[in-house]
Amino acid sequence: MAAGVAAWLPFARAAAIGWMPVANCPMPLAPADKNKRQDELIILNVSGRRFQTWRTTLERYPDTLLGSTEKEFFFNEDTKEYFFDRDPEVFRCVLNFYRTGKLHYPRYECISAYDDELAFYGILPEIIGDCCYEEYKDRKRENAERLMDDNDSENNQESLPSLSFRQTMWRAFENPHTSTLALVFYYVTGFFIAVSVITNVVETVPCGTVPGNKELPCGERYAVAFFCLDTACVMIFTVEYLLRLFAAPSRYRFIRSVMSIIDVVAIMPYYIGLVMTNNEDVSGAFVTLRVFRVFRIFKFSRHSQGLRILGYTLKSCASELGFLLFSLTMAIIIFATVMFYAEKGSSASKFTSIPASFWYTIVTMTTLGYGDMVPKTIAGKIFGSICSLSGVLVIALPVPVIVSNFSRIYHQNQRADKRRAQKKARLARIRVAKTGSSNAYLHSKRNGLLNEALELTGSPEDEHLTKTTSLIESQHHHLLHCLEKTTNHEFIDEQMFEQNCMESSMQNYPSTRSPSLSSHPGLTTSCCSRRSKKTTHLPNSNLPATRLRSMQELSTIHIQGSEQPSLTTSRSSLNLKADDGLRPNCKGSQITTAIISIPTPPALTPEGESRPPPSSPGSTTNIPPIGSNIVKVSAL
Amino acid sequence: MLTLEWESEGLQTVGIVVIICASLKLLHLLGLIDFSEDSVEDEMEMATVRHRPEALELLEAQSKFTKKELQILYRGFKNECPSGVVNEETFKEIYSQFFPQGDSTTYAHFLFNAFDTDHNGSVSFEDFVMGLSILLRGTVQEKLNWAFNLYDINKDGYITKEEMLDIMKAIYDMMGKCTYPVLKEDAPRQHVETFFQKMDKNKDGVVTIDEFIESCQKDENIMRSMQLFENVI
Repeated sequence: MAAGVAAWLPFARAAAIGWMPVANCPMPLAPADKNKRQDELIILNVSGRRFQTWRTTLERYPDTLLGSTEKEFFFNEDTKEYFFDRDPEVFRCVLNFYRTGKLHYPRYECISAYDDELAFYGILPEIIGDCCYEEYKDRKRENAERLMDDNDSENNQESLPSLSFRQTMWRAFENPHTSTLALVFYYVTGFFIAVSVITNVVETVPCGTVPGNKELPCGERYAVAFFCLDTACVMIFTVEYLLRLFAAPSRYRFIRSVMSIIDVVAIMPYYIGLVMTNNEDVSGAFVTLRVFRVFRIFKFSRHSQGLRILGYTLKSCASELGFLLFSLTMAIIIFATVMFYAEKGSSASKFTSIPASFWYTIVTMTTLGYGDMVPKTIAGKIFGSICSLSGVLVIALPVPVIVSNFSRIYHQNQRADKRRAQKKARLARIRVAKTGSSNAYLHSKRNGLLNEALELTGSPEDEHLTKTTSLIESQHHHLLHCLEKTTNHEFIDEQMFEQNCMESSMQNYPSTRSPSLSSHPGLTTSCCSRRSKKTTHLPNSNLPATRLRSMQELSTIHIQGSEQPSLTTSRSSLNLKADDGLRPNCKGSQITTAIISIPTPPALTPEGESRPPPSSPGSTTNIPPIGSNIVKVSAL
Repeated sequence: MLTLEWESEGLQTVGIVVIICASLKLLHLLGLIDFSEDSVEDEMEMATVRHRPEALELLEAQSKFTKKELQILYRGFKNECPSGVVNEETFKEIYSQFFPQGDSTTYAHFLFNAFDTDHNGSVSFEDFVMGLSILLRGTVQEKLNWAFNLYDINKDGYITKEEMLDIMKAIYDMMGKCTYPVLKEDAPRQHVETFFQKMDKNKDGVVTIDEFIESCQKDENIMRSMQLFENVI
């Protein structure tokens, strides 16, 4: 039932009184209208623009957001209005839907934004009115194509490492830009196609005369040279065809495809010529076969996207072309007949039969006008002029359709190319943004640690550094920190990661127990405890030289389990740090972390706490692989 | 020889005639000449049908609705019919939305005639309000009067069996095909018979207004059902 008609329901019920006297049995009771509120105006505040409507208007569609109790979630008690933080332009359409029962799609609106809004308000896009439905569907289709294009090119970019030789070859054939060899092959075949076509053409040019004889075409004068050229080209083409056949994922489909048929047709005449002797009977047929050599020019379509688009356009405009052909045929027959009968009377007229008039009609309708056949009678001239006028119209009508089709497909291709080109820039931008934010986090961590350390060491002057991070940032950082705590891993930047990898491979000490470490389970298990870092080196730590530079910002303290005395001292210092570090985790932005990951060798089972590699998406590092006995207190 | 001449002459004539006709058609298409004079005025008529109802106070005085109720009624009315009047087509369309299963056009036609008290082919808001006022807020007498008016198709003061049969068929049409038990062909006729047995006191084959009111007032069910829709607005 349409929304507006609901307003007429009282009328329909009242009109039911007309049935009462006719009825023989008592009527059922009317449903009691318990909550008979006065219809009230409600205010909908959408991003500052206030819309007002009756409550009953909205309740016409109870399965949408505005019509159900879901809108109570957006009710603002202070201002007694419903506040939605959404686009007011689209809301206009949404509200009009409630008012009139018809949902319209504004042309200037982006399709995905519109879809999002509809989804928010719980309205199905299928109910868009007929007036706007076509436009909506068209835009939606374009959008879907764009997404599909993106996905396709994404899939193409993936470099599957495990491609077989055959698959690599096929990919090289289809997309010459994948490797240099493919590119070379592409250009070589292109060159040979051109050579072959040119030889075909030049063969027939008359060049010079043999004295006493007629002019010879070049092909016969330099027969050997041309034969060699032809052989070379055909060799190349054959090799190419066989390679493609070998590499094709589905040979049957490849054989049936248009391009392969063209390839075959292009090289067949040569082989047939080889096989056949210079028999007079079949040489006629042989000559015909030579015509097919010109099909080699179609091989260029692999090299030119424009040609492919043209072919695709013609294919997609098949119906328009068919219409053109049909209407032309009709017109030709009609006019040919008329012209024939009109010219029958005149003497020595060239219009000897209706099929003979076909030629005149075609030439006239296409406005060629060769002039080899002209009407002589007045009637003939009248009808001839009508013929030429109508020819212009009939031909001019379907042509714009084809042209617009071609233009649409061509532009689509251009857009796809542009998108692909821009995609790299887009991805680069996204990457920069991501690294920017992660760098910000790491930076703030370092700053926080630095400040903490400085605080510890009693220099208060840099405390204001902590205030530079905004509230949002600090909340974000806190979030990342919680993630770190959850996974017991930390965020470090790439350089650190690489260095860690290098080190862990360099420093593979035999596993020795580190009992002192085991006696501090608190160090390893309390994931929420914080350790402050010291910028000072531990006296016995064995830092590689490369780390020294990073010590100003980060200090990574390596404690190697094999060195007992260092361990004791480090243990004591660790103790110290542990005590300091075990502060409640209430401070907002100051994040100091020192997560100790003990990758223990298998022998050290009781204390071994091998942490599983993090599965959280946020963590970027997987600090030293299990197998080395290095305890790192890396405070970032 | 002559035949050839005639052929070519004939074709010449045909050619000239074709050209003349084509040029006339072209000029007509371009709008430079007009063959029929009345095509232009049709456009103007449609736009002038617009109706503004009486003032709210007047309507309030004439009907038994309050101002607020009138406002609600008018909003619904105007929403569906922006031009201010309902013609029969729209009326039928609106009414059929409530009865999707059956064919309510006949009954809507009768209803339309009942509402269109001045018989000008369209129901204005005043007609609408007056009708609803009787139906929802009128006395039982008035309601029965209105029902009688509805049944009396030719408004001659008598309900004949044929008229009643038409009405009955229209009501049964609204049910549609899918009913339980299955609708029989003569169900309306039987119903009419029952009705006439009840209403027609003097058995003269027609029901007058007095007979109608009297019989209805005697019937409990009818009286009770008349009160059913008091609180629709």
